[in-house]
Amino acid sequence: MRYSGFRVIKEALTGHKGWKPVWHDPTPQADYDYIIVGGGGHGLATAYYLAKEFGQARIAVLEKGYLGGGNVGRNTTIIRSNYLLDGNEPFYEFSLKLWEGLEQDFNYNAMVSQRGIINLIHTDAQRDAFTRRANAMIMHGADAEILSREDVRKLYPWLNFDNSRFPIKGAIAQRRGGTVRHDAVAWGYARGADMRGVDLIQNCEVTGMRIENGRILGVETNRGFIGAKKVGVAVAGSSSKVMAHAGMRLPIESHVLQAFVSEGLKPLIDGVMTFGAGHFYVSQSDKGGLVFGGDIDGYNSYAQRGNLPVIEDVAEGGMALMPAIGRVRLLRAWGGIMDMSMDGSPIIDKTHVEGLYFNGGWCYGGFKATPASGWCFAHLLAKDEPHKTATAYRFDRFLKGRMIDEKGQGATPNLH
Amino acid sequence: MIIHHPILGPRDAQEFVYLGDESLIDRPDGMTAGIEAFHDYAYNRDNPAGAHRELWYHEQGDRSWLVVTRNTVTHEITKVELARDVARAKGRTK
Repeated sequence: MRYSGFRVIKEALTGHKGWKPVWHDPTPQADYDYIIVGGGGHGLATAYYLAKEFGQARIAVLEKGYLGGGNVGRNTTIIRSNYLLDGNEPFYEFSLKLWEGLEQDFNYNAMVSQRGIINLIHTDAQRDAFTRRANAMIMHGADAEILSREDVRKLYPWLNFDNSRFPIKGAIAQRRGGTVRHDAVAWGYARGADMRGVDLIQNCEVTGMRIENGRILGVETNRGFIGAKKVGVAVAGSSSKVMAHAGMRLPIESHVLQAFVSEGLKPLIDGVMTFGAGHFYVSQSDKGGLVFGGDIDGYNSYAQRGNLPVIEDVAEGGMALMPAIGRVRLLRAWGGIMDMSMDGSPIIDKTHVEGLYFNGGWCYGGFKATPASGWCFAHLLAKDEPHKTATAYRFDRFLKGRMIDEKGQGATPNLH
Repeated sequence: MIIHHPILGPRDAQEFVYLGDESLIDRPDGMTAGIEAFHDYAYNRDNPAGAHRELWYHEQGDRSWLVVTRNTVTHEITKVELARDVARAKGRTK
């Protein structure tokens, strides 16, 4: 069923009796050409592009819980392509371009809103660094601007410009950045994949991998063995657990990142704003709540909930930047589990097992990458070679000294 | 989280800095171990869901390194040792 304005009017006039479930609930077949493990944003996008762009068939997505029940439903919905390094920027710009055409492409309202993102500048050194970054972005076809202090003041006159430690001296802006309705991304990809014959199998947890003579034959699940010629794993947050079934140790630690939403307010913040020095970023949802967050808690965790010190730290960052929110009440706090990689960048690569492919290590930046991650992973699965924007996301970059370390922190996952 | 320091008693985890897996104690000998072994040591992790032995540094306290056994699913801390004792038990001399 295609969605359109005409369809909405027709349904309104006929008592909304024509809407059908958006995807099927199939029982698993004995074998497939492709199995995607993980029914989150990246896994569903992979299945969608595999069917649509690469013309592949007999695809299944295995999800241990329900579709979109993991990080794609737990993030703060920001899209942007404001990276510095050559290994990253073309990939994230490819992703942002896919976001721009996504709703028409999969015929689903994902509320893509290019409301712009700014990252605040507090020192001359930071302005130099951000100017360099803006140039790198522009060279890769993205948009970037350096805003003066007065430009920022026009946008948000109520910010604390004269904080004694971090006075606001300007910002780097990417006007094409913004936010997207995160759940709708999973639903749109799921619907698009289902319409193209992909089996979306929920409540199906992978409990083992059948590997013989260095080749994958399929996966063991709580619903029995399912054979496959190729298996792609996209389960960021749980990557180490799933890849352990293939005997792999990954350059990844799982960490908890918290996010917060306030009570609903009148329109206050048009775009997305990051206050990196204060470990705080914020946007405002269409319902009016301030959606904000800060750093990861900093210790290994699979708990999907964090601790109070980070909540306090984030609130302090928010108050330092925006004293006006002092009496706003916090409505909800939650946590998601991040694949924190050793250089802060992701991995989309083959493994030592023939037919087994891996997509993970997204740190806290996986949501914005969803379309390109799915596209590039589908490319790798279908053609056995990386997409041109994802050639650097290899396992062996750590062995060969080709890390993609935007922050220059080294092998310290909790500091990326 | 409260970390029961072997010497100082119960301390708030905020006083500590987290480093990572206890296996970081077992640095291979740079003169004899190959690149593969060093790569494995520096970059790869077990990253278990469950009991995890990990290094915490008491930066705002006595500056001791601790090996904390903590469940990564529940955040429950079941054991705290001085990293020095753990390293010496493994045969390290300093």
